[in-house]
Amino acid sequence: MQLIACPWCGEREEAEFHYGGQAHVPYPAKPADLDDEQWAQYVFFRDNPKGPFAERWMHAAGCRRWFDALRDTATHQFLSVHRMGEEPRA
Amino acid sequence: MTVDAPARFSPLADWQEAFGRLPAGFQVRELPFLTQLTLRVSADSPAAKAVESVLGIRLPSASRAELSEEVKALWLGPDEWLLVAPADTGAELVGRLRSAIGEEFATVTDVSAQRTVLSLRGGLTREILARGCALDLDPRVAPVGACYTTLLAQTGITLVVRAEAAASVWLLVRSSFAPYAAAWLVDAATEYGGGAG
Repeated sequence: MQLIACPWCGEREEAEFHYGGQAHVPYPAKPADLDDEQWAQYVFFRDNPKGPFAERWMHAAGCRRWFDALRDTATHQFLSVHRMGEEPRA
Repeated sequence: MTVDAPARFSPLADWQEAFGRLPAGFQVRELPFLTQLTLRVSADSPAAKAVESVLGIRLPSASRAELSEEVKALWLGPDEWLLVAPADTGAELVGRLRSAIGEEFATVTDVSAQRTVLSLRGGLTREILARGCALDLDPRVAPVGACYTTLLAQTGITLVVRAEAAASVWLLVRSSFAPYAAAWLVDAATEYGGGAG
């Protein structure tokens, strides 16, 4: 099983983690000004790159903290992990 | 109609006999009704210092437990600890901690019913745990005082190493999962003899 390095707990089995989708998706600055299509873009549409992708993960069976990870979607290899609020990004 | 006073019972009260038939190198005992408090506080904040002065310990760092005093502190997360104290001391300890914290920001919550504590002892402990737990409990990796929240046979547990080479371990398991964890431990020990099978 693939090991994921939780920024707090160290390397643990993949089964202990939950996936949280794309990281760094900003909430709209003026939500009231958005039309339906812009809302749909914010709520439903995400990048789907082949290669490095900044994602949110949570160590559900351990410290229960969310963190950011940079993962290669083609190889499933984790390139780096960061605590919430820490840089760097992709 | 009379109303019975509510009786406290531990989730593993029915398992004492099965634990008694385990092989010689593996003893399991439930430590029922221990007081457990969840402490949420930022490390190194004034509130954390106040808690530390009440307990007489330093709050442990990641993946560690502080076992030296009567109240044990287990690291659960970067701003979260589990305080384990003798039974029936919860109300008094919560009061002492809250008055020490005062107006600073921290929360102390009694969660004693949430988990039960299993004490595992003996030379077979590490080998039997390895059958359901992916963590390396080799003493070079997991010395005395290591504290991991992880999965044992797909059940969430908090594991505290209390003696060299994991010859003594605490397992904290959710009350509703405790019978499953107990059944799994008894089953995993079957091949080592004893009368458990």
